[in-house]
Amino acid sequence: MRTVPDRPDGPLLTVAGVSKTFGGIAAVSDVHLAVARGESVGLVGPNGAGKTTLFNCICGQLRPDGGRIELDGEDLLDLSTYRRARRGLGRTYQRIEVFPDMTVRDHLVVALRARWRSGRLWRDLCNLARPTAAERDQVDTVLGLVGIDDRADSPVSALGLGSCRLVELARALVTDPVLLLADEPSSGLDVRETDDLAQVLRSLQRERGMAVLLVEHDLDMVGGVVDRAVVMDLGTVIAEGPFDEVMATPAVRRAYLGVDT
Amino acid sequence: MEHFLGFAVPGIPYGCTYAIVAVGLVLNYQATGVFNFAYGAQAYISAYCFTRLVQGAGLPTGVAFLLSVVVLAPLFGLALDRFLFSKIAAANTTAKLVTGISLFVGIPAVLSVLFGNANIYNPPSILFNPNTVYFRLAGTPVNGIDLTTVLATVVVLVALVVLLRLTNLGLQMRGAVESRRLIELDGVNAGRVVAVAWAVSGFMAGLAGVLLAPIYGQLQFSDYTALMVAAFAAAAWAVLRSLVAAAAVGVAMGVVTTTLQGYLPVNSLWSSALFTSLPFIVLLVALLVVPGLRRLDRAKDPLASVDPPTPPSAASLRAPQMDRIIRPLWYLLLVAFVISMLTWLPTTWENVFNAGLVFSTIFLSITLITGMGGQLSLAQATLAGVGAFTAAQVATHLGLGLLVGGLVGSVTAALVAVVLAVASVRLRGLGLALMTLAAALFFDNTVFPQLLGSAAGQSIDVRTSWVPSLLLNPDGHAFFVLAFAVLLVCVATVQLVKRGTTGRFLAAMRGSETAASGMGINLTWQHLVVFALAGAVAGLGGTLQVIQQQAVSPALFNYELSLVYVVIVVTTGAGTVEGALQAGFGFVVLQQLLTYVPARLGGDSLVVVFFAFGALTYAAHPEGILEFQKRRWTARFERLFFGPETPATPGPGGRAPLAPAVASTTDGALSSGADSA
Repeated sequence: MRTVPDRPDGPLLTVAGVSKTFGGIAAVSDVHLAVARGESVGLVGPNGAGKTTLFNCICGQLRPDGGRIELDGEDLLDLSTYRRARRGLGRTYQRIEVFPDMTVRDHLVVALRARWRSGRLWRDLCNLARPTAAERDQVDTVLGLVGIDDRADSPVSALGLGSCRLVELARALVTDPVLLLADEPSSGLDVRETDDLAQVLRSLQRERGMAVLLVEHDLDMVGGVVDRAVVMDLGTVIAEGPFDEVMATPAVRRAYLGVDT
Repeated sequence: MEHFLGFAVPGIPYGCTYAIVAVGLVLNYQATGVFNFAYGAQAYISAYCFTRLVQGAGLPTGVAFLLSVVVLAPLFGLALDRFLFSKIAAANTTAKLVTGISLFVGIPAVLSVLFGNANIYNPPSILFNPNTVYFRLAGTPVNGIDLTTVLATVVVLVALVVLLRLTNLGLQMRGAVESRRLIELDGVNAGRVVAVAWAVSGFMAGLAGVLLAPIYGQLQFSDYTALMVAAFAAAAWAVLRSLVAAAAVGVAMGVVTTTLQGYLPVNSLWSSALFTSLPFIVLLVALLVVPGLRRLDRAKDPLASVDPPTPPSAASLRAPQMDRIIRPLWYLLLVAFVISMLTWLPTTWENVFNAGLVFSTIFLSITLITGMGGQLSLAQATLAGVGAFTAAQVATHLGLGLLVGGLVGSVTAALVAVVLAVASVRLRGLGLALMTLAAALFFDNTVFPQLLGSAAGQSIDVRTSWVPSLLLNPDGHAFFVLAFAVLLVCVATVQLVKRGTTGRFLAAMRGSETAASGMGINLTWQHLVVFALAGAVAGLGGTLQVIQQQAVSPALFNYELSLVYVVIVVTTGAGTVEGALQAGFGFVVLQQLLTYVPARLGGDSLVVVFFAFGALTYAAHPEGILEFQKRRWTARFERLFFGPETPATPGPGGRAPLAPAVASTTDGALSSGADSA
């Protein structure tokens, strides 16, 4: 059994020996992974490699069959999804998951209150549920950062796919997560929007010390954002290291491109 | 052993009818994705026609069978598909459920309008002579009815298993339920496949109908609803998947019922309650312990991601200028209403509007659960009943009066709702609807009659010592003031919750439970909160109803009323407080207006027919057909008064150009392009 590589200050996220099978199919098999504080890691691999299943195991939407998942030394496995989110796990989704009845701004307010447990029923009943000045500031800052402040009061059902992706990202970022799990955030965005997104992720990582675990098929974008890459294929990790080096290894080229050279 | 078989064997024919309906339900669900609440009504229609053709028109049994079961029943199934369900194929589970429930409620009402409510006795058997004993099994005589039922069940079940497992059509049917759109991409005519499934399941319904009729000895619709609950239970144990399992559980339920009846003391409570109670107890246990039922409503369609988001609510589309006009108009109407109620309105109409206030309060609980929580509860009349019966018990035994009793009743209804929410915490959509239905039946058959301490159908009269006499005085206005105040408090509560964080959390859960929990919302807690609030509001409404009716009776709170209430509220709009008020007043005003129509034209049934037809539009207009019409007219006024650009101007603080998004989201549903204007 492999051991998780040690880092000077101890990893923020530790995934050790995690496995998940569906019926007879091993979607994730004995995966080991570590993400340090403020580190940006690309999780890449062809379709069906098990990346999203691993994300779901980390977030609590799936319970792994075996293994250990820790955030900042705390075991996550017995925590429900919402408790993990309150510990600082932010997430965007491969398939858009927005709330059609709500405006963009409301998405962010709800995320803030869910994360910090500031929405109480008695406050609703006393008509004290309007966003506070501090909440408005935080929301406006993130909307500006992601570049959708001009659509803040639009219902998301009026937005296109690309804008919805940005809403998801803003919703995750406004809670100031310690680790952002971004699942194909650039899908549906054009080239300029993808570049802007990469810029945002980079600056958040630098300025706020937010760690990022990025699943992405746009390898140019991954290369521009991450410190190192972990490559998965058929549920297992097949390579790990600096992005350029990893992508040049024969095993990765075979898995990704179907070629040996 | 012979003793046991003597009790068990008579249960087999009953079990076979449960089995046929359960298998039909499973087939329907497997091939079309629709849990067909209208199945019992389909069975009844065929049985009715068959009996009339034989007894009334004097046709030979074989010809009548051909016409009513082989021709009419599949045609009716095809009509349901062609005119209704094929148009909502891509709609969500709630929309399909509401459509089914509207048929469940509407078809008997239509039949009652068309044919009256007279019972028909001695319906004929289709094959063997009912009065001939063909042989004895374990000492039990097997007559023509028993033989026909068992034979028909075996033949139909074998034929269906062969159809689904061994034929190309069966394979296509199984594919269609996963994703109609995906099998179309493979070149399969999905519409035709699903239509065949509807025809086959329609035939099954018709067959079950004519088999059941002679067993009971008379033809009445209530037997068919009881049959449906038994079939729901059998289908639930089969996880709506296995035909053989559904049939086996159906037969077992019939056998267990008669066996237990045989062993339990005659005339005991257990014995009398068991026959009606067993099906919903079996259903309740299935919902609690069968894990597959928790996954029923998870999206399976691989092409679901191409669906556009659901449309925004009508209120969010209204231009600020229109708000400034509509709001004062509402306040003006409110003031005029209060002044009229206190001054010049005749007592008849004051009573009608008082009833409107009561129903509006009860309907607000549906706004909470369905409009805000996004789930269907089929027990809201029951929760109102819990409030009412508790209030009556507090008044009877503690002498605290109905007003204090109402508050205790409200808390009790909230607690019962929380228990229901805990029991159904992992269930959504169909599972939750069935769980609440089972709970409603449990209260109808067991709890409410027990509280009365007498047979069902009786009631407790409200004594004058229970409430200030003013409240019972039909010429005074005290009840109006009380009901108005209670409704006002409930409206304010619902509005505050809706606009507050809880309302936003619930909106998030409606949109995506995955994302809601992924950002820190405790779904279980929110589920409990919305059920508790809805229970409390319904409980208050129930107590008001008791004071107004001056009696507590199970008939005021039975499960059928819960279904009717849901149908009414989704017609006017479950998402808004306005919708509940319009539903409450619309319901009673229509009832009053129909008293002026000759009774032979249908009477009260017409109200149900009216709303049932309204609710059939739910899939196309989940915001409610009335709400949708309001949006249309608001848009027209906006164009007329503020020009075409004003309301659609996007930008900070403004409104986004939503019209195209709204138009596209109703694609494939009942609306036409013109409707989306």
